[in-house]
Amino acid sequence: MSEQNSKLIHAFGALAELGHEITNKNNFQETIRTSLHLLSGALGIMRGAVARYSRFAHELNMMAVRGLGDDFPLSLSVCTEDERQFLINGLSPIEIREAQVLPFFHVYDVSFARRQLELFVPLVVRDEIVGALFLGEKATGEVYTQYDKDIICAMGRHIGVAIAQRNLMAEIERHADENRKLFDEMRSTYHDTVKAFAAAIDCKDKYTEGHSVRVGKFSEIIAAELGWGSEEIEGAAVAGYLHDVGKLTVERKIINAPYRINAKESAELNKHPAVGYEILLPIHHPFTDVPLAAKYHHERLDGRGYPDGLYDREIPYIAKIVNLADSFDAMTTDRPYKARRPAKEVVEDLQKNAGKQFAPELVTAFLGGMLKELTGEDRNKRFRRLLGRDYMEAEGIVDKLKYTLNEMAPTTPMTYIAAAAIGDRPIH
Amino acid sequence: MNTASGTVGVAEPIGEKSVIFADDYLNKLSGEQLESECKRRLEAGCKELVVNFSKTEIVNSIGISILLGVIDIASNNGATVVFSDVKEETVELFDMLGLTKHVTIA
Repeated sequence: MSEQNSKLIHAFGALAELGHEITNKNNFQETIRTSLHLLSGALGIMRGAVARYSRFAHELNMMAVRGLGDDFPLSLSVCTEDERQFLINGLSPIEIREAQVLPFFHVYDVSFARRQLELFVPLVVRDEIVGALFLGEKATGEVYTQYDKDIICAMGRHIGVAIAQRNLMAEIERHADENRKLFDEMRSTYHDTVKAFAAAIDCKDKYTEGHSVRVGKFSEIIAAELGWGSEEIEGAAVAGYLHDVGKLTVERKIINAPYRINAKESAELNKHPAVGYEILLPIHHPFTDVPLAAKYHHERLDGRGYPDGLYDREIPYIAKIVNLADSFDAMTTDRPYKARRPAKEVVEDLQKNAGKQFAPELVTAFLGGMLKELTGEDRNKRFRRLLGRDYMEAEGIVDKLKYTLNEMAPTTPMTYIAAAAIGDRPIH
Repeated sequence: MNTASGTVGVAEPIGEKSVIFADDYLNKLSGEQLESECKRRLEAGCKELVVNFSKTEIVNSIGISILLGVIDIASNNGATVVFSDVKEETVELFDMLGLTKHVTIA
């Protein structure tokens, strides 16, 4: 085999390995170091370096260096004229000793001469300088042939593309990071606005101060107990916060009436779900069901709710959640015409109305969450914080919850909890 | 004289002459181990570094680059490099790429 053929086969082997190295998801710095090895080994080059270009700092920063010594500069400045000439030259080797006219080679003449650097190759990819190769003398002592230069160009193109891809990835990561921050800020602004709205709604009603916030929190608990994802839980909370936004247009004297309101006043008050829907609909919510929750949170499974008298499956699920949270808060807070009801009585009411007003699985999930907190299985004090410790720890409430859950979902593991709690007593 | 495999970095007394055995396939992994061992010996004062290739079947481009690095370090430390028991095809490769101009083939 002729020497030329042997060289070609050896160079092809190096080129194939370079392609493999670059397409592998290795550490980028290591990829560049290996690339320099492959290029040096392909042609027997004694020393060299691969640099990455910073278009902001106008510098060539060394990424891999072999045999250039500790005193070789690791960062080399490139002026506008150099940059222009490198772009015109493209990805093609420049003989350093013949390029002294350019400021770059003039400035670094001593460093290049000391380490016997012979070739400089600007790595130009899509009309942009992404880096450069610095190559020293060949081990044979011969000058670089056109064949050598062709091999250098082919391998340099691979290295250039690897650097360009890395730059692109860094750019994408930077944009993604900026977008993430922007999104977080927008989300935070959105939540602050939602909370401000909730506070504004609650301000209208002195007797139900904090109602919207609590309905938001209860809706959040129900969604969490259903096993929803964090996005959906957040959506449920927002739906709860804003469910009564329509009340902003209802006269304060109707909302604050310290007596049972008459039919006319009631008709006025009952417009608030539809009004809330109209208010919320034009807003671009991150959670799509928010306007529907406002509109249908007074619907009942048995069709006796308002404004449209929808039945079970016609009612959006989020509205069912908010309905349960809303009713639960109404029962557990003092109203102008009614004192808050004891916890055991509220549990009984929820059970009695499951399948009529409330979706049974929601009641089960909600009461299950309450039981978990009371038995210590769930360390979050969500209910205690919202309802008060004394209220939540009323005597017999744990047994009541176990019994109720057992009756409502006798085939779930709750059966065993309840059975263990009440011993051999028959379950009615 | 000290001898060691290129893949074993045993801390042992280092004399004027050291022999290091290259692996069967001189690639990045085994090459870097060989390089680091050579460097350690040269820095400790070794003046004649013998790299034994009796087990070596293949030397790839990275292996060549690493050997050039060893030659460069040896030259900077005023030491000579000997490649011993090199297979004929490998000698041809070393010759083609100019390594034989810097080392003694034994």
